[in-house]
Amino acid sequence: MIALTHKQGDDIRRHAEAEYPHECCGLLVGRFTGEGRKVVAEVYPVSNARAEEDRHNRSLILPQEYLRGERYARERGLEVVGNYHSHPDHPAVPSQFDLDHAWPTWSYIIVSVREGTARDLRSWEMETDRSRFNEEELAEGNER
Amino acid sequence: MPVTITIPTALRQYAAGNSELEVEAATVGEALERLTATHTELRKHLYNDRNALRNFVNVYVNDEDIRHGAGLETAVKEGDSVMIVPSIAGGAATEEEVGADLTALSNEEIARYSRHLIMPEVGMEGQRRLKSASVLMIGTGGLGAPLGMYLAAAGVGRLGIVDFDVVDHSNLQRQIIHGTRDVGRPKIASARDRLQDINPHVRIETYETRLSSENALALFRDYDIIVDGTDNFPTRYLVNDACVLTGKPNVYGSIFRFEGQASVFWAQRGACYRCLYPEPPPAGLVPSCAEGGVLGVLPGIVGAIQANETIKLILGGGSRPLINRLLLFDAWQMRFRELKLRKDPACPICGENPTIKELIDYEEFCGLKPVAQETNQTEEQKMEEITATELKARLDRGDDIQIIDVREPNEYEIARIPNTTLIPLGQVTSRMSEIDQSRETVVHCKMGGRSAKAIEALKRAGYTGRLFNLKGGITAWSNEVDPSVPKY
Repeated sequence: MIALTHKQGDDIRRHAEAEYPHECCGLLVGRFTGEGRKVVAEVYPVSNARAEEDRHNRSLILPQEYLRGERYARERGLEVVGNYHSHPDHPAVPSQFDLDHAWPTWSYIIVSVREGTARDLRSWEMETDRSRFNEEELAEGNER
Repeated sequence: MPVTITIPTALRQYAAGNSELEVEAATVGEALERLTATHTELRKHLYNDRNALRNFVNVYVNDEDIRHGAGLETAVKEGDSVMIVPSIAGGAATEEEVGADLTALSNEEIARYSRHLIMPEVGMEGQRRLKSASVLMIGTGGLGAPLGMYLAAAGVGRLGIVDFDVVDHSNLQRQIIHGTRDVGRPKIASARDRLQDINPHVRIETYETRLSSENALALFRDYDIIVDGTDNFPTRYLVNDACVLTGKPNVYGSIFRFEGQASVFWAQRGACYRCLYPEPPPAGLVPSCAEGGVLGVLPGIVGAIQANETIKLILGGGSRPLINRLLLFDAWQMRFRELKLRKDPACPICGENPTIKELIDYEEFCGLKPVAQETNQTEEQKMEEITATELKARLDRGDDIQIIDVREPNEYEIARIPNTTLIPLGQVTSRMSEIDQSRETVVHCKMGGRSAKAIEALKRAGYTGRLFNLKGGITAWSNEVDPSVPKY
């Protein structure tokens, strides 16, 4: 399960709409609170490093960008707990490509954007044997 | 020497919750081996089925990406910090994936490819790579036949074929992708049927056109790998140059009589065809397979080598590609030899200061187009020609004409024009005395090429009599005059 505030959810939707028809991506900074539960403290947008022609269906966070995000988290006593990206005009369901490149433990939030408007926001976690993604509960709540 | 490995949050649960671990190692590879030997669950997330680091796993030593150093061989010393740094990739399914589920394998495909899948060098990942790959084959002749069939059988996802030719009886001795009932059909239609029958999961894309300087770049851009199965120098240089300009690997093969060659020309990683052969041979010096013949099984062997190398390029992994290596095969002696190739810094297309920046006219480059000054030649230098129909008419009128056949004796065994004297091309000048210079003389061969050379050679050697070249050779004679003469 991953918990985030309405504002954080909206930040992701806004980012996805702004980048449409390209994919957006970013890190989720927060805390692991045990038993697979994660609480997001901050949404950390990252620029998509894919080449222009691939950005409509591919996103990439470069290792340097990841390091920057992790440093940012550590300075605040937090950790990277997952990441998000958008699927322009595709469902908020992980693709084979997502699975091929997935890291365990983390939450993968996918936001589907239809004709410029953000729709579904869903979160996924990879099965530890890398065979598939399982949907996890995404709890969008009020400010904590 | 003890080094510290930093583990990203995503992997900590597999490292007993540690964010940092200390191991003894001399190289990065060794450090990761030690780490995953203790924490075995980490292994599948860091390494793929073929024991290579996954492409989204980055390793830094003291803030320096090991890809900029010696990779896993990068040396580490006491106190160094080795960091595992994720790159995070995501993406919606592409149109093809939505429709045909491109990179996943169905149960049917898993059954089909099981002999691949059980080898760790291929495995699920390699097979999915094959399925995601696209290969463009130039030609569906002798080399293209085994090549296309093996690539289709191996499960290459998208296979493009370029050919403009029609299946002929003389193809069937070696072009096993085509059958007897296909004679007269366009080769791409016949090839498509055969390939689709071998593997219905492959997307076959056909281009019934002659590869040219106008269409090559656009065609090549759409494929990962180009395989050259052509039989002539202009196209070979065209394929090479277009591959260099588009950055694609060129899997090369060529055959003649009993001898074959194969290599992988990839300018980004080694020599190109021009580094090996900067200039084409003088036009007409190297005979084609139609003139010189070819052992039917030879393109089978060379084409299968090309398929092998294509599949290896797609799989990557630890295999050794045929880059900077020229494989020479002699089927008559049954011997393989290998030459080392080097990239030529002065290569006009892939060297340090390239002079060729776009595709050129390859017929002209290979000397196959008459250049302007040749039209100024004097009357005596011009070669007189006669058609088969004209020759027949003159013979019927009772004109006194001697006919010299400059083909080889084994060709003479296959088919001949009546009342001719056989003097093979290589002997025409030394046996000039056997030709009566006072009589009008027609010289012929199979198609008209060698007889033209014979006439030139005779003139150079001082022959003064009147010589006619039989246009289209004995093949034209069979077509126009006497169909009972077999064509070969």
